[in-house]
Amino acid sequence: MKRGNELFAVSGDPTPPDMARRRSDFPILKQRVHGKPLVYLDNASTTQKPRSVIEAITRYYETGNANVHRGVHVMSERATQAYEEARSKVARFLHARDDREIIFVRGATEAINLVAQTFGRTRLGSGDEVLITAMEHHSNIVPWQMLREQTGAVMKVAPVTDAGELDLAEYARLLNRRTRLVSVTHVSNALGTVNPVREMIEMAHLRDIPVLVDGAQAAPHMKVDVQSLDCDFYAFSGHKTYGPTGIGVLYGKAALLDAMPPYQGGGDMILQVSFEKTLYNAIPYKFEAGTPDIAGAIGLGVAIEYLEEIGMDAIAAHEHELLAYATEAVRGVPGIRIVGTAREKAGVLSFVLDGAHPHDIGTILDHEGIAIRAGHHCAMPLMERLGLPATARASFGLYNTREEVDALVGAIKKVREMFS
Amino acid sequence: MTTDLRDLYQEVILDHNKRPRNFRAMEDADRQADGHNPLCGDKVTVYVKMEDGILRDVSFVGSGCAISTASASLMTELLKGKTEGEARALFQGFRDMVAGPAPSVHAGLGKLKVLAGVREFPARIKCATLAWHTVKTALEHSGGTASTE
Repeated sequence: MKRGNELFAVSGDPTPPDMARRRSDFPILKQRVHGKPLVYLDNASTTQKPRSVIEAITRYYETGNANVHRGVHVMSERATQAYEEARSKVARFLHARDDREIIFVRGATEAINLVAQTFGRTRLGSGDEVLITAMEHHSNIVPWQMLREQTGAVMKVAPVTDAGELDLAEYARLLNRRTRLVSVTHVSNALGTVNPVREMIEMAHLRDIPVLVDGAQAAPHMKVDVQSLDCDFYAFSGHKTYGPTGIGVLYGKAALLDAMPPYQGGGDMILQVSFEKTLYNAIPYKFEAGTPDIAGAIGLGVAIEYLEEIGMDAIAAHEHELLAYATEAVRGVPGIRIVGTAREKAGVLSFVLDGAHPHDIGTILDHEGIAIRAGHHCAMPLMERLGLPATARASFGLYNTREEVDALVGAIKKVREMFS
Repeated sequence: MTTDLRDLYQEVILDHNKRPRNFRAMEDADRQADGHNPLCGDKVTVYVKMEDGILRDVSFVGSGCAISTASASLMTELLKGKTEGEARALFQGFRDMVAGPAPSVHAGLGKLKVLAGVREFPARIKCATLAWHTVKTALEHSGGTASTE
C-alpha cells in the first residue's frame, strides 16, 4: 500500500482527469448544500449511486417487474433471469467458484446475523469460542453476543495497538482448540485499517477454524478474491458499493452452506411443504426465504459492472492517493490528530481537533457543504479502547477529488479558528 | 460563515464551552443523575444541593460537544436559587424554545436564549437538551439515568 510522502511530491497536480470525469456519472453530486457545492466525504456510511444504477432500478419497475422463481409467464422468467444474472455478477466480482455460493441478504449486517444464527447455533456449544477483533463494527459484535445468550458460546476479542492495527501475535495466541469461528473486519470502518486477513485466515485454517470476513468497507475499495483469500464467508453491503440500500451479499463456501440449517422460513426456500414435514431447497435459495429485493439485486449487479469498468485497482490507487494527500495536508492544521495510523489503510481519515468536539466539526463542515461522519462510528468498544468518545471521519470514494480535500482542510481550519 | 451558523455558535456558547461554569463533581449533593445521548456518546452527570425546597447549588461533569457543554454550563448558572417548580417551568420553557412547534422564548431563560438558534439544527437539539433532561431526572428520581432517546 502506498504511503504519504512519496506521493505528496505531486501534490500540486489536480485529480487525474479520468477519475474526475466519473463525477458526472453521479447526479446527486451536482447539488449545493447551504449554498456550497456538495463535498460528499461520508462514503464509509454509504456511497452515492451512478446514473446507470438508478436507471436500472427505474427500468426494472417500469418494464420488468414480476416475482422470481414462480411464474411461467414471460415477465417472471425475465425477472428471474435478471435476478440470477445479478448473482453471477456478484460471484464474478468476488471471484467465487460458483454462483450458488452467493446469497442475497439485506446487507453485511444481515449476512453476519445469518451466519451467527445458522452456522453459529449448530456449531457453537457452551464454552465454544468465536474470535473477533477490537476494531469491529457493532454488526460484528452484537450477533455474537446474541449467540452467546442462546448457546453459552464465548466471544473472544483480539486487541488492537494504539495505531489501530491488529495485534497479530495476540490474535495467534487466542486461536485455540475451543475456537469455532473467526469473524473479522477486512477494513475498519472507523479508522481505515486494512487487516492482514490472508495471514489471519491461514493461521486459523492451520487449526481448521473457519473465517468470516466482514468486507463492508473493503469490497467498494479494493479487489476481493475469496478463493485466493480462502475465506469461508465474506459479507458486504450493496449501498456502500455504489448500489442501492436494502441489498447485500453473503458469500459462503458451498460445502459449509450445504451443511447449515436455513435462516428464515417461508416461500422460495422450500422444495416441498406439508404440515408434517418440509423439504428445504438447495443453496443459495435455502437462505432466501420470501420474495427477495429483486430491484436491489439488479441495481447491485449494475453497480458492480460500473466498478469493474473502471477497475478496482484504479479505484484503490485513486483513493490511496487522496488519503495520502489528505493525510499530508491536515498535518498543517495546528491541534489536529489523526486517529488510526496503521501502515495499511483504506481511504478513511479519522481525526480529532483540540478544543472542538467532532459534532461541532460536523455541523460547521456541513455548513461549508462538506458531509462527514462525527461520532463513534458504530464501534463503541474501539472508541473506548482508544480513549475517545468520538472522532470526525472523512471517507473517500471514487468520485472524490483533491479539490474536495482542499475544501475539507480549509473548513477544518475555520473550525480551528472558531474554537481556539 | 453563514448567519444561522453564527447564531448557533455565539460568543457566549463558545465561551461556556471553553470555560464551563460549575464544572465539578459535588461531594454532598442531595440529588444527582447521569445523562447519556446514545446517538453521539455525550455523557453528563448533574448534581444538585437542595435547601428549603430551593436548588442551592447545581454543578455538572461530563464530555460533549460545545452545544451540550454550554447548555449544561448556562443551565447550572440559571437554576441556582430556583425552586423545584421554577426549575420545572424553565425546563419546559427551554424545551419549547429549542424544539417546540413554534419559536418562543420563555422570559426567565436569560442568557440561555443564545441557544434558540439550535432549533434550526435538528441533529443538535438533543445536544442542547441533554443536561436539562438530566437535571429533571435528578429532581424526580435521583440516581436515575436520563436518555435523550
